[in-house]
Amino acid sequence: MNEIVTAINSVPLDRYVFLSFVLFSIGLAGALFRRNTIIVLMCLELMFNSVNLLLTAFSAHHGDAGGQVFVFFIMLVAAAEVTVGLAILVMMKRNVDSIDINQLNRMRG
Amino acid sequence: MEYLFYLFAAVSVISALLVVAAKSPINSVIALIVCFLSFAGHYILLNAQFLAVVHIIVYTGAIMVLFLFVIMLLNLNKSVEPQKKLITRLAAVLAGGLFLITLLGAIKNGIGIAPKEAYDGGVGLVKSVGTSLFTEFLLPFEISSVLFLSAMVGAVMLGKKSTPSLPFPGGEGKLPGAA
Repeated sequence: MNEIVTAINSVPLDRYVFLSFVLFSIGLAGALFRRNTIIVLMCLELMFNSVNLLLTAFSAHHGDAGGQVFVFFIMLVAAAEVTVGLAILVMMKRNVDSIDINQLNRMRG
Repeated sequence: MEYLFYLFAAVSVISALLVVAAKSPINSVIALIVCFLSFAGHYILLNAQFLAVVHIIVYTGAIMVLFLFVIMLLNLNKSVEPQKKLITRLAAVLAGGLFLITLLGAIKNGIGIAPKEAYDGGVGLVKSVGTSLFTEFLLPFEISSVLFLSAMVGAVMLGKKSTPSLPFPGGEGKLPGAA
């Protein structure tokens, strides 16, 4: 495996931790920042992916394949989530004729 | 190899900022695609080829196409859309920044989490991930198929037009073409 281009030996783990934190914070701020529901969903994807990157970095540095299997499961759950979320978005556009996430405050029990 | 990491990191952070800042949703989607491609580059640098390929197929190939499809279906490509109030936006940026500072402060003392000697091996290759997936994690893998089935059924149920003019099976009307 020595001929494969790899950064495990040259980039320390804290760089990945830092990058993942920055991306998670951008996703969090973006989910609070925008009113467009589709962009809020995209910011959720960004947060999922920063966690995926962190899990992969830990898994590669510690030599344990379990972390990457968990990343696989997170991808599965994110795909299911975005399917249902976009279906809800289409229904919201059809019924309220808006994709403003502030409209959802009418959904009180 | 470090400069590749910094290149990919810069691309992913800048495109993530563009996702939040773009005026039009189409530009947001394109920026997110660039961001996800740089994530695939990170995975390749981490020697996780399986995840890199799955990431490109699932995210860039499927999920982002779904986003684009919904934007074009609903004709959402408005460059001017209502923004939140200025104080809300300031609070959002402040919350994100404070969250980042909190996370960094939390790991300040735990930065020695990295192992002493770097591991060099094919952990992320298809063979080892597949072996782990189909031995240790076989039950969650099978259960996730049930999750996908329920998500699919839920999306179909939600997306169905429930206007009274459309006949349901068992209702008064019949589906067109039904005997």
